[in-house]
Amino acid sequence: MLSLLWLVPAIPLAGFAALALLGNFRLPRAVTPIVGAGSVGLSALLTVLIGAQYLASPPAGSAYTQTVWNWMAAGGLTLAVAFRLDALSLTMIFVVTFVGFLIHLYSAEHMARDEGYNRFFAYMNLFVAAMLVLVLADNLLLLYLGWEGVGLCSYLLIGFWYREEANGRAARKAFLVTRVGDAALAVGMFLIFVQLGTWNIQDLMPRAAAQWTAGSAVALLAAALLLAGALGKSAQLPLQVWLPDAMAGPTPVSALIHAATMVTAGVYLIARMHVLFSLAPAVMLAAAVIGAATLLLAGLSALVQRDIKRVLAYSTMSQVGYMFLALGAGAWSAAIFHFWTHAFFKALLFLGAGVVIQSLDEEHDIFRMGGLRKTQPLTFWTFLIGACSLSALPLLTAGFYSKDKILWDVWSSPAGGPVLWAAGLAGAFLTSLYIFRVVFRVFFGAPFAKTQESSPPNQPGIRVRIPLLVLAVFSIGAGFVELPEALGNMPAFSDFLSTTLPALTVMAAAPGSEVFLEIDAAAAVLFGMLLAYVFFLRRPGLSDRMARTPAGNAIHRFWSAGWGFDWLYETVIVHPYVRLAARNKNDVFDRLVDRLVTRPYTWLARISRGDFFDRIFSWIADLNAGISRALGALQSGYVRWYAAGIAAGAIILIAMAVLQ
Amino acid sequence: MAEVPVEHGLILAAILFALGLTGVLVRRNLLFILLSLEVMINAAGVAFITAGSRWAQPDGQILFLFILAVAAAEVSIGLALVLLFHRSRKSLSVDDAIGMRG
Repeated sequence: MLSLLWLVPAIPLAGFAALALLGNFRLPRAVTPIVGAGSVGLSALLTVLIGAQYLASPPAGSAYTQTVWNWMAAGGLTLAVAFRLDALSLTMIFVVTFVGFLIHLYSAEHMARDEGYNRFFAYMNLFVAAMLVLVLADNLLLLYLGWEGVGLCSYLLIGFWYREEANGRAARKAFLVTRVGDAALAVGMFLIFVQLGTWNIQDLMPRAAAQWTAGSAVALLAAALLLAGALGKSAQLPLQVWLPDAMAGPTPVSALIHAATMVTAGVYLIARMHVLFSLAPAVMLAAAVIGAATLLLAGLSALVQRDIKRVLAYSTMSQVGYMFLALGAGAWSAAIFHFWTHAFFKALLFLGAGVVIQSLDEEHDIFRMGGLRKTQPLTFWTFLIGACSLSALPLLTAGFYSKDKILWDVWSSPAGGPVLWAAGLAGAFLTSLYIFRVVFRVFFGAPFAKTQESSPPNQPGIRVRIPLLVLAVFSIGAGFVELPEALGNMPAFSDFLSTTLPALTVMAAAPGSEVFLEIDAAAAVLFGMLLAYVFFLRRPGLSDRMARTPAGNAIHRFWSAGWGFDWLYETVIVHPYVRLAARNKNDVFDRLVDRLVTRPYTWLARISRGDFFDRIFSWIADLNAGISRALGALQSGYVRWYAAGIAAGAIILIAMAVLQ
Repeated sequence: MAEVPVEHGLILAAILFALGLTGVLVRRNLLFILLSLEVMINAAGVAFITAGSRWAQPDGQILFLFILAVAAAEVSIGLALVLLFHRSRKSLSVDDAIGMRG
């Protein structure tokens, strides 16, 4: 069964090929979702079977490597397309295929009336395939292939509705900003290869540990470059600007980017290369600080957004910030655990938001919604479960167990500490505040006038309801695979990952302090919910009045614009560059190119017109034209000529038969 | 009754066929072309009858009955076409129908 591993990325890739080659016209509309969602579904089924076998009888060394074919061999370097299955990649591919399949199933109905139905599924399949290659890759170059594939697909899908210029701009922005990180990653990979002489990740880590001393310059540089790559893909400071604009794509795309693919790639990269990062404590500290800063900044920005999808986008940024905080503190498995629970509740929230948006005629503004609790009970309950899980409602939800583990690990890790912990705690408070702001605005209160006018929204079909319900179940249940010491002490998830990711070395902590920290976290979450209730449901005038004061207004605008990063980059990078390009039009280089390349070429083209080769080809063209004219003349239109032709032919045939 | 030699019958058929073919080729009037086609079909019929009597088989006459039926059908369709043609072009000359030349 393990030997079928290569099929996991191959099936979605085949789905992409089928959809792309057959196209809109040759494929009936009903077949498109069967191919599109079916390929990912098959891949998910295969992953479950492979996972079951992996758990039942783990392969030697708890890892299984499969070489599919030799990619390239040049000089002493041979590179294989090889997939590696271990606890980390198994967790990743399960989330990618399973959540990916549910999102595809949802899209089959959500996108049903879109003219680009076929194109959409083709891109989505390629997206999933690229992400699977990324997480299964056994060497850095194959990982980079998947990494860039993911970047390409995000570009294609964010700009999916390409007829509107703003969407195209958002797609280009996402592509260019992540490219900054990708360039750093490429340089880091080359540095690692030059220094250690191998692309293979498993060979590379012990070599790095043997050759480089902890904190040495080269280790710091390599880790910093990889971190820069991860920051770009995972939308962390200072490369986070692309994510809110990425909401230009269809809602299932946002769900896929935020839950299963793309933004978690950076988290995966750092977890995968954790040995390297352990050698660079300064870079780990930077990752933790960046994570903490991002989770606070994004949380505050989410608080003032009006667009429901932008709230969720900032929320993703903030939750991925938690993962970086955990990674920076050396709590590798806590980061992956949060990735695991986050995938379910974030996909759920996006899909729920998609249902809300579609039922209100593409209305994104939460201030133009209200009272949807009654008209859309299923969406309300599942969205509520997702929101509770996101805000880490104590004891019940998956988000509580993962976020709590991060907070506890950050507190007790030697690389963490009370300051980072306090940032995480403040983030937890903000999270529950901003997500319940959305819940209260959208589902409670009086219906907005516009929603009353329209007839009661048609209820979502079965292909939307199944993903919502399954994800809701996982948003609650996925946390019980890892219970903290104070609550049952069953670290099954980190035990499972321990074959790949080392456990955190904890400082000696006072007994019982974990319970104390958990009570703190729970109090922060509940206080956030209470505040949201007061501000946005009970006394909605209060927050408006606060926003109307001059200081409140300024802060509101500043946070709403994502802390002015867009403005900063526009002024510092984009505008000077554009001005420079405009001013340098027809400068000395332009003229040099014109003299040396363009003009000689046109001159060459002019003098060689009518030479020997030209004449051969024009003779062929003339011959064909002549034959065409002669044959055309036979069709004179005179019936009598045709009859004469038939008679003459018959006479000739008879004569041949008789005279033979 | 004296037997008609096969050669006579066949020569008659050939002459009729040649006359008909000439008519088809030289006439411009659609009506006359149709008439000439009838002559050609009947030439074929004469050839069948002659052959049937030569071998004392009924097949020749059976086939002639078929030919008659086909000719009748062909004439009815042909005349309808002639009628339509005349209505649209106000003439019966086939040389007016050269719209499909290459």
